[in-house]
Amino acid sequence: MTFLNFLISGISLGSIYAIIALGYTMVYGIAKMLNFAHGDVIMVGAYICFYAVSRFDLPPLAGVILAMLVCTVLGMVVERLAYKPLRQAPSLAVLITAIGVSYFLQNMALLLWSSNPKVFPGFFVSASGDTGVELFGGELKISYVTLFTILICIVIMLALTWFTGRTKMGKAMRACSEDKGAAQLMGINVDATISMTFAIGSGLAAIAGVLLCSAYPTLVPTTGSMPGIKAFTAAVFGGIGSIPGAFLGGLLLGIIEIFAKAYISTQLSDAVVFAVLIIVLLVKPAGLLGKQIREKV
Amino acid sequence: MFGKLVPVPSGSMIPDRDIDKKPILECINLGITFGGLKAVEDFNLTIGRTEIAGLIGPNGAGKTTVFNLLTKVYQPTTGTILLGGKDTHSMNTMQVNRAGIARTFQNIRLFQKLSVEDNVKVGMDANMKYNMWSGIFRLPGYWHEEKTAHERAMELLSLFNMTDLADVTAGSLPYGAQRRLEIVRALATNPSLLLLDEPAAGMNPSETAELMENIRKIRDTFQIAVLLIEHDMNLVMNICEGICVLNFGRVIAKGSPEDIQSNPAVIEAYLGKKKEA
Repeated sequence: MTFLNFLISGISLGSIYAIIALGYTMVYGIAKMLNFAHGDVIMVGAYICFYAVSRFDLPPLAGVILAMLVCTVLGMVVERLAYKPLRQAPSLAVLITAIGVSYFLQNMALLLWSSNPKVFPGFFVSASGDTGVELFGGELKISYVTLFTILICIVIMLALTWFTGRTKMGKAMRACSEDKGAAQLMGINVDATISMTFAIGSGLAAIAGVLLCSAYPTLVPTTGSMPGIKAFTAAVFGGIGSIPGAFLGGLLLGIIEIFAKAYISTQLSDAVVFAVLIIVLLVKPAGLLGKQIREKV
Repeated sequence: MFGKLVPVPSGSMIPDRDIDKKPILECINLGITFGGLKAVEDFNLTIGRTEIAGLIGPNGAGKTTVFNLLTKVYQPTTGTILLGGKDTHSMNTMQVNRAGIARTFQNIRLFQKLSVEDNVKVGMDANMKYNMWSGIFRLPGYWHEEKTAHERAMELLSLFNMTDLADVTAGSLPYGAQRRLEIVRALATNPSLLLLDEPAAGMNPSETAELMENIRKIRDTFQIAVLLIEHDMNLVMNICEGICVLNFGRVIAKGSPEDIQSNPAVIEAYLGKKKEA
């Protein structure tokens, strides 16, 4: 039964990684850049939700929606101001800019919200005060946060698969990720498509931020960095640029991390996670679901 | 089908049936310089509303560069492009496409991972009117527009007998079908001028014959103008009404197929100078 408990927490943590990894993978797929500021957008989302609910007494759902709106706009503004001018620049310049944006967001949070840890309110409590359901006479306890996290992850996955496969914006996104030049010549607005990708990724980051802080309630300006890096790892693990890959990578990474914590060592868990990543990349350099890119010669 | 070429005031010639209509394309002293190299210089060309025109010349003459100028992949250094009488100077690639120029590529540039139908639908993007919210929440506007797009895509594909390939991934199509799909995708953007960059490259004679039929069919069905770059002289001489010959970035001859075939400058460009006896 403890095994099942660990598995469920692994899936729950993995779901959060998966939602964050989507932001990395979509932006990489379309803009061919690594947006290392993505993790800090999560942190901003969590802070917005925290203040909306704790200080302004908004209902939790309104707090989440507000956080999503703010993060969506933040993602688009960052893209417009920091990355768009570098569209033709070498990828190293863009990468360093992304790291710069990451530090900027962290320090802005430090200035605005101080370094004192905030305790994130627990949203997922039933009317009677329960925080979860107990099964098998209390042997298996699943918290509502866990249930909701997994559920939301599934909903996002289905919605996104629909969006990229069946709508004209989704098709434009896939066209841009293959050949921006040809897409432009077919009348696709490439700038708007990239901007929309950032908007979707950042909106999802806000959801991930709220879920993350509901499960691990300490909120500081660097809250986003470690999950950000783990989710980036998950995206690479699954095959960066691939949406199903981000989900698979996220889930596996979460499960491996929790099992490593439970059965090997709490301190070594991150080392185990990254060791698995290295092994996977040695065997499949493009990630689990990634396609080998043939370089044109 | 062939129109008699008649001169227009700009000094070019267009088929006589288009004479009362404003030409679809006028290039006036178009030129571009790449770091001192004049890739295209003093390029003047007028194309009638429903003309099939050819752009020929030896390798490296600047033919594809002209296409890249017309579609604003490169911004011209000098000169003016009038599309249906409208200056395209301030337009970018996407806006030029939406204004009516569509093209295919010398090396096929389909969206390989998308299905055949989706490739065509990408071309329709600008003509589909629904926003992100109707897309996410599947509002009626979404269903309506997607249904129209599906029908239109199928109609276009049926012109080239490709309806049964609609769900196939574009990258897995045979070569000839990929070339046809590129033309369908370009047509899906609803152009008034279609640019074809070496449409017959790599085709066998029977495929080329079919392509000629298709190009005529496109012009007749959609009443649009076609400008094509081609090395296959049989194709060019058979379907083009007006031909423009480019060598070292300069126009060396313009006129009907007969004029071009007997033009000494053209023969020299292709075969070299005749030795003085």
